[in-house]
Amino acid sequence: MKVKQISVFLENKSGRLAAVTAVLAKHGINIRALSIADTSDFGILRLIVDQPDKAFEVLKQEDFTVSVTDVIGVEMPDQPGGLAQVLAELEKAEINIEYLYAFLGKAPGGALVVFKVENIDTAIEKLLASGVKLLPGETLYKM
Amino acid sequence: MPREELQELQLERLQQTVERAYHNVPHYRKAMQEVGAEPGDIKSLQDLQKLPFTYKTDLRDNYPYGMFAVPLSEVVRIHSSSGTTGKPTVVGYTRNDLNVWSELMARSLTCGGATKNDVIHNAYGYGLFTGGLGIHYGAEKIGASVIPISGGNTKRQVMIMKDYGSTVLTCTPSYALNIAEVMEEMGITPEDLKLKVGIFGAEPWSDNMRKEIEHKLGILALDIYGLSEIIGPGVAIECPAKQGLHIFEDHFIPEIINPDTGEVLPYGSVGELVFTSLTKEALPMIRYRTRDISSLSLEECSCGRTHVRMKRVSGRTDDMLIIRGVNVFPSQIESVLLEIGQTEPHYQIIVDRVGTLDTIEVLVEVSASFFSDEVRRLEELEKKIRGEIETTLGLTVKVRLVEPKTIERSEGKAKRVIDRRKI
Repeated sequence: MKVKQISVFLENKSGRLAAVTAVLAKHGINIRALSIADTSDFGILRLIVDQPDKAFEVLKQEDFTVSVTDVIGVEMPDQPGGLAQVLAELEKAEINIEYLYAFLGKAPGGALVVFKVENIDTAIEKLLASGVKLLPGETLYKM
Repeated sequence: MPREELQELQLERLQQTVERAYHNVPHYRKAMQEVGAEPGDIKSLQDLQKLPFTYKTDLRDNYPYGMFAVPLSEVVRIHSSSGTTGKPTVVGYTRNDLNVWSELMARSLTCGGATKNDVIHNAYGYGLFTGGLGIHYGAEKIGASVIPISGGNTKRQVMIMKDYGSTVLTCTPSYALNIAEVMEEMGITPEDLKLKVGIFGAEPWSDNMRKEIEHKLGILALDIYGLSEIIGPGVAIECPAKQGLHIFEDHFIPEIINPDTGEVLPYGSVGELVFTSLTKEALPMIRYRTRDISSLSLEECSCGRTHVRMKRVSGRTDDMLIIRGVNVFPSQIESVLLEIGQTEPHYQIIVDRVGTLDTIEVLVEVSASFFSDEVRRLEELEKKIRGEIETTLGLTVKVRLVEPKTIERSEGKAKRVIDRRKI
């Protein structure tokens, strides 16, 4: 149920994001979702792509500092209270969220949010047990 | 050789050198006359202190050949500095000077453990810089096989080390790290190579950098010291005991002075290294101010060599940054970074002045092994580096993490400091 996210270290200067996307474009890698966390000096770009392993290799070859991180993709009803319900389940299980961001496009049954949590195996177990729908990586990459 | 005998030899050679310099080099004659000194005044080694210092500017003022003590017809080799900080300094060698230099380099390499069975991969620059040819002649003298590869084209260097079975690597320490990095990229491990010893010099480096090189290349890393004005590499060398560099005192007299007052300091004190050559024919050097900071020790070394030892050069009086009144050496910052260990030792120090306040910013490349997808962990790293540097220097600094390969790689001496202050 884990999803592979590509994380890239970027200095806060013009053209760096463009450089990453250019590398991905050159190798025919499609971006499914992205978010950037930034400070005044640097940012961390997080990406869900259709070919995570290839994306890691080509970015590394181009001298980017890049890593693969496990996250989870959670599907929830696209209506008021949809996210609140999932967050309540995580809180009940005492699982801290490191960060989250929404997926581009939509899951067939609702909205889709990517979560990075502290204890991913427990989180998957608890969420599944409480009936929350998780989408596996293979499904997300192709969406 | 017992110390007493050595000192007798030194005195005799010193007297000859001073005599030669006084009579053949107008600069020396003038400088000595100005302080009222004559060659005849040198009756003991102590009397050396009566003679004036020689500075790099003296070589520049007498550019190109004015400091030579022999006619050009007796000079068989000319080397020179790059001249990046002014007019180049030109140094010359007679046939005998080259023999002495080769002999000293042969001693140095032998002290480092090299024998005629070794393959010496010489990645010091050839040409006007003394590093390349200095090592080369010494290596040939001991009968080793020399690969005169010079600097540059690092991938090819790695391939040659692997295929030709290089056993000894000679280059600057920063280039050794550069080579190690390229090896990693190429997927070549130290086990794929036959390297056992590296002899590194031409720039100040720290003990932590030594550990890094030794770990990454799987070798013993030794420090060699020299400067073209004195003879080139081979003025002093570390033995595997790594307790300082043995100075070849039968050819050079070292002194440590207070760089501000010129006062000679006792053994053990930290100060500027000053050298007097004892056997050089073409370019005798009397009390040459090296600008290198070190200290001297006469304690017996476990290797049994009895010549005086100098501590690894910790910085240069002219590299020393004075920031808000505090003396800062790039090597101090390097040491901190290597101790933290989570970052590649690629860094740059940018000094600037905002209003009347000096600022210091340290750029550090983020290594893949440390990188995290969480901002707070990277901020923790920045904070940790900043804290440790501030503790070491007693100054507030700014630390900025930068992308890998954004700080210029060196194939010779690393450029660690960019000083943008306009004073």
